[in-house]
Amino acid sequence: MNGEYRLAYDGGEDAFVAFEHVQKSYDGETLVVKDLNLTMPKGEFLTMLGPSGSGKTTCLMMLAGFETATHGEIKLGGVSINNIPPHKRGIGMVFQNYALFPHMTIAENLAFPLEVRKLGKAEREQKVRRALDMVQMGEFGSRRPAQLSGGQQQRVALARALVFEPELVLMDEPLGALDKQLREHMQFEITNLAHDLGITTVYVTHDQTEALTMSDRVAVFNDGRIQQLAPPDELYEAPGNSFVAQFIGENNTLAGRIKSMRGEDVTVELDTGEIVAAKAVNVTGAGERTLVSIRPERVEIDTEKLGPDAQTIRAEVLEFIYMGDIFRTRLRVAGRDDFIIKTRNSPDQRRLKKGEVISIGWLPRDCRALDA
Amino acid sequence: MSATASDQSDAADSGPVLAADGTPLKKSLNRALRAQKLRALALIAPLLIFVLMAFIAPIGDMLFRSVENRIVSNTIPMTARVLEDWDGESDLPPPATFEALYYDLFLAAEARRHTRLGTRLNYEQTGLSSLFRSSGRGVDDVGEDQRDLLEDLDPQWEEAGFWHGLMQGNGDSDRALLLDQRARLAALAGESFQGDIGFTPGEDIVALLPQTAREYTAFALFTVIEDEDVVAEEEPWESVYTALVQDLRTADLSLYSGPGAAELTRAQAALAELPPIDFAAAFEQIDEDWIAPPVWDTIKMYSPDYTTGYFLNAVDMQKTTDGPEMRPEGERIYATLFKRTLFMSLMITFSCILLAYPVAFLLSNLPMRSANMLMILVLLPFWTSLLVRTSAWKIMLQQQGVINDVLVWLGLVGDDARLVMINNQLGTIIAMTHILLPFMILPMYSVMSTIPESYTRAAKSLGATNWTAFWRVYFPQSVPGIGAGSILVFILAIGYYITPEIVGGTTGTFISNRIAYHISSSLNWGLAAALGSILFAVVLVLYWAYDRIVGIDNVKLG
Repeated sequence: MNGEYRLAYDGGEDAFVAFEHVQKSYDGETLVVKDLNLTMPKGEFLTMLGPSGSGKTTCLMMLAGFETATHGEIKLGGVSINNIPPHKRGIGMVFQNYALFPHMTIAENLAFPLEVRKLGKAEREQKVRRALDMVQMGEFGSRRPAQLSGGQQQRVALARALVFEPELVLMDEPLGALDKQLREHMQFEITNLAHDLGITTVYVTHDQTEALTMSDRVAVFNDGRIQQLAPPDELYEAPGNSFVAQFIGENNTLAGRIKSMRGEDVTVELDTGEIVAAKAVNVTGAGERTLVSIRPERVEIDTEKLGPDAQTIRAEVLEFIYMGDIFRTRLRVAGRDDFIIKTRNSPDQRRLKKGEVISIGWLPRDCRALDA
Repeated sequence: MSATASDQSDAADSGPVLAADGTPLKKSLNRALRAQKLRALALIAPLLIFVLMAFIAPIGDMLFRSVENRIVSNTIPMTARVLEDWDGESDLPPPATFEALYYDLFLAAEARRHTRLGTRLNYEQTGLSSLFRSSGRGVDDVGEDQRDLLEDLDPQWEEAGFWHGLMQGNGDSDRALLLDQRARLAALAGESFQGDIGFTPGEDIVALLPQTAREYTAFALFTVIEDEDVVAEEEPWESVYTALVQDLRTADLSLYSGPGAAELTRAQAALAELPPIDFAAAFEQIDEDWIAPPVWDTIKMYSPDYTTGYFLNAVDMQKTTDGPEMRPEGERIYATLFKRTLFMSLMITFSCILLAYPVAFLLSNLPMRSANMLMILVLLPFWTSLLVRTSAWKIMLQQQGVINDVLVWLGLVGDDARLVMINNQLGTIIAMTHILLPFMILPMYSVMSTIPESYTRAAKSLGATNWTAFWRVYFPQSVPGIGAGSILVFILAIGYYITPEIVGGTTGTFISNRIAYHISSSLNWGLAAALGSILFAVVLVLYWAYDRIVGIDNVKLG
């Protein structure tokens, strides 16, 4: 199920960007990227998400041409670009620290890619103006990068990567240095721009919210492999393995052993003895160790609401945190005291008290049995 | 905004902002910061004092010597004063000048200071050194006839006690003259002439015989303080007799009744029969150069306390009676030396840039471990003596040296046509480039290592070739390093001494070598100071120009 969306492009003739069995090693001893396979259609906004050291930036640098693949092939528009130097790839790139040339004005920075492409002066000026207007920086052409704020520099860097109209744009954690509010604003602007201009975008970040809100698809990297490649909603709601489940969003896990398995439905005996029903994701059969994962917002304290299928379990309230729009409650469930539930601050919502023993419940389809 | 806050801002409009207790805010801030400033000052005080005493003060003193010229007015003060009034139109100064010179020179010879003045004036006109030395001996004989007459007339004139009584007088004493003479001797000998001498000139006798009293007082001071004898037991110098002879020609003794009145009257009568002393003729007899006009022109030109002479010398000019003018073609050396120093320093700076840039670039792009290893190699020369490094170049570059031997062995150069690479400009440039190279690499490296790789990467991703990315993006950002290195190397080079001294020969020496020569060999410190001041000024001007053109903010050492 998690591969369904991806399969639509796999090996397709219309794959615009393709990594085929790509491996990368810096020292000849360990692989930073292990057998990477990835295809992207034109116009897609794909995010590479993962903890630091997971190989996502290396992939981006290989695509940009600053690192060479140790093995495998990288294709752009169906042509292998392994041996094409970076400046001939025609890929726009936005760097983490923006990399605006400090000795040039904003306009000169933007004109640079056009100049090296030997465009005429008039055409250059027109394109620069259009690109600056596009990011609402029209008045800043004569300033130096150091005279701009972080957000403004960010916009200029974006405009510079787009001014020569590349078909593919790479962004390496471009919003990492901005404050939260600005970051959210820029996320919105970048996705809008990318979709309006129909540019194919590869975006690297370690911020999962950014990945979820911006992307068409997200590739979750860990340990040099793509753990899951899926649209944001699928990634969140149907994590393919326990790493993805843990990495994306908040997640409650309960350890146990598979008792019985029928198709997708499994019964799991938790280590403390409780029996819970769950959906099998990447477990193979009875007797196997498993981690059962439930999203905090799918847990109900009013078990009546859930209907007859509901799985209920006893819980003791350890902590009740008022967060404004939601309540966040920490519970002790099945011997674990880091079980979190989130409830909406609606008028009829009950505020739990510390020490209270309650019954919580969830639907079996929201409870996923993953690899341990 | 609260009410109080707006009140405060109103106050700010009408006058100085006040602190809570009503004192001006600035004052109160200063008070709060004072302790902090004092503590900071205390921390740098040891270094500050050291630098002031060991660096600023000696340099200031040295620079001051380039204009200081008090030796003339200190050694022959009366002559200098008389010469001030001489317009220089006539060939020789008025006769009074020779008389003044007699007294000045006599005292200077007693204090053995006349030869110094001779040496000083010899810088300006050759021959003055020996003229002063011989004259110091010759002045003893001036007025010999008159002196003999006095002594024949009355043996009292040979008695120390008589002289003492005569000069002391009975009435009030003239302390002003004593002070004057103390100052005169102090300036002449360069040491203090304070302390009781058991003699003060009498007021009456000073009025009656001013020159005699003056010379006797000087004699008394010198005898007691320098020779550590008793005045009343020493026969006066010849100059005192000569002064008496001169005084008696005009003195009116009719009203004088103090000690020795009778002897003086008799002496005046006897001396009237002899012709007056002709000082000009006496000096001509000592050395006929004294009546040569150039000698007097030189003395007059250099008698003021401050002179431009050293600076004029340093730029190949000289003072003449018609104002400063260029030296004759064959005597100009300093302009050539200054030009050569600047040219070679520029060459050295330029070759350092060429050699250091790739090294610094490599260093800044290598992984930390290998970069540190190579950095040690760059710093290694600092741990070798400068003298050794320079001498090594001598071995390498000389005609029977390593490089020539290799070239001959390879057959590239004939054995009879070995290259001359040492004791000339080429040798100096090669050796100094090598020695100053680390000073170029280090600032370049520290600037280059702060340039993130992402700039070049960005340029390449924007479509720039390797060369364009380097030239348009990397290079401009490394310019501050080049600037810092260049200033460092150029300023070091322009004042370099040891290397050009050893490998420079005659064509590769710098102005600093000439300065060293004047400091240690010719002992013309004034000229050395003037040359040094010009060098200093050139460096400051270049620094200023660099600041105007490149901007000193663009210089980074790290």
